[in-house]
Amino acid sequence: MTLEPYLLYALAGVGLFAIGLYALIARTHLLRKILALNVMGTGVFLFLVAIAYRSEPVADPVPQAMVLTGIVVSVCATGLALALAHRVQTTTGRMVLPENDESGA
Amino acid sequence: MTLWNTAPWLVWCIVLPLSAGILTFLFRRAAPWIGIASALGSAIAVAGLAAQVMHSGPLRYSVGGWGVPLGIDLRADGLSVLMLVMSAVIAVAVSVYAACYFSDTDAADKHAAQAHQRAYFWPLWMFLLAGLNGLFLAADIFHLYVTLELLGFAAVSLAALAGKRAAVVAAMRYLLVSLSGSLFFLFGVAILYAAYATVDLTALAGKVQPGPLAWSALALMAAGLLIKGAVFPLHFWLPPAHANAPTPVSALLSALVVKASFYILLRLWFELFSAVVTPATATFLGLLGAGAILWGSAQALHQPRLKLLVAYSTVAQLGYLMLVFPLTQNAGSALTAWSACVYFVLAHACAKTAMFLAAGNIAHAAGHDRIADLDGITQALPLSVAAFALAGISLIGLPPSGGFIAKWMLLQAAIGSGEWGWATLILAGSLLAVAYVLRVLWHAFTQVEVARPLHRVPRTMEWSALALSLLAVLLGLMAARPVELLRTGAPASIHAPGQT
Repeated sequence: MTLEPYLLYALAGVGLFAIGLYALIARTHLLRKILALNVMGTGVFLFLVAIAYRSEPVADPVPQAMVLTGIVVSVCATGLALALAHRVQTTTGRMVLPENDESGA
Repeated sequence: MTLWNTAPWLVWCIVLPLSAGILTFLFRRAAPWIGIASALGSAIAVAGLAAQVMHSGPLRYSVGGWGVPLGIDLRADGLSVLMLVMSAVIAVAVSVYAACYFSDTDAADKHAAQAHQRAYFWPLWMFLLAGLNGLFLAADIFHLYVTLELLGFAAVSLAALAGKRAAVVAAMRYLLVSLSGSLFFLFGVAILYAAYATVDLTALAGKVQPGPLAWSALALMAAGLLIKGAVFPLHFWLPPAHANAPTPVSALLSALVVKASFYILLRLWFELFSAVVTPATATFLGLLGAGAILWGSAQALHQPRLKLLVAYSTVAQLGYLMLVFPLTQNAGSALTAWSACVYFVLAHACAKTAMFLAAGNIAHAAGHDRIADLDGITQALPLSVAAFALAGISLIGLPPSGGFIAKWMLLQAAIGSGEWGWATLILAGSLLAVAYVLRVLWHAFTQVEVARPLHRVPRTMEWSALALSLLAVLLGLMAARPVELLRTGAPASIHAPGQT
């Protein structure tokens, strides 16, 4: 069985998602965590684009529309996350989440 | 009359809060009034929608007339109407409370951020309501993803509103959790589309068959929703995020936002994946629920601060919702268990909002929320302590409260299918709830000779907490109508053979 091109891209998407998830858990620096989330998102988008590529002769527009929406959401998410990370840095002095900060105030 | 019956109420449920979100951002002085008006307006729209659904069964509406597959469809059935009614009631009460809370110049935390909080609370809260209503009306899984993200962004920003170190850190953690949860969900959506070439809930319902693709989609979506829904052991982010937010926000996050993920899980489990799920997965989710009930209650018992205690109680109460999955495995008691868990959602929303608002009043008056130093608070704030106690009655599940009816139906389902383990767990959870509610009341009712200096709490804030707690208690007396409404458009998989 030959590996169809779309399948290759879909598997690459799964791989990106896994790499992003690993980094999200393993890295402590907030910028790296935010980047990791973006990598995870890109993985899903690649997967969706690969699915769209399957249909002949023209690509399926529905997954592409989803990716477009997903990118908008992802930009907003990154913006919000960066703003919050900046606030974390100004209030705690560091770009990492403190451990056991439950009781707070 | 015809206008009432044919008006597109579903659209108004979303459009009203969405436009109010923009208006409250532009006209900051009038924001509380716009907010309350929009909450009342969407409550009227929800009432109109409820009347339509009760009259003529489940509804479907194509936005802009485009229809599937190009356009976005909205739909409403018994379950979504009940969720909308719940959010409408909570929205009105919390808006009234918040109008008072944020305008009170005598506030306990005279923070520099006070004006800032007032300016951003209303737009964010209105966007949250729009996202929530959109989510309950979504007819396809991609729309569910988008509304879930809208809801998550608004919720995270609201949780960060207090601007203090603990709140910002909690909000950051909440955002990371929320985003990764949504991406898991989106991956599930992508896999389902890859396998069945549609994202419409109704179209997918008949198509999903057991197989590696369906299993992986279910696993990814369930994982995403469990982490967003703070189901044990993925609840770690919830208590700090909920406890460090301003009072009206804590109430909204605990009562409404976590329920959204659970709502989606219910839809997926009983409509989409009913052919895929196995008793083992159901038991697994039930065991997570058991862990949540025991661990959350035990943590609630140990918390030094009142708001953290209430937040851990949310973790415990969410555990009960997970019991719906194992208890619906027996076809005979499936409908009872299903109704029980939806009723539980309603009862918990009212009781938990009331409890957070009452706890907020107490913290506001005392200037702190250390449980051990709350003696004498009843003398100063009888109404708020009464609200706390009444909400506690519903959380514990004493008659005639809504919590009682919900737990009663859960027990019926458990005993009816001979599941004594789950029945014991439900009772044990109630005993633990008695313990943590009484712990607060014990301190609150201790008399003091010399009253401590207390801040004044506006009447409106006390009454909105009390009104909701009374509703939580009275919910038990009007269970028939909601339970009947729930059967409108209930998924086929929970109907017992012979019942339609």
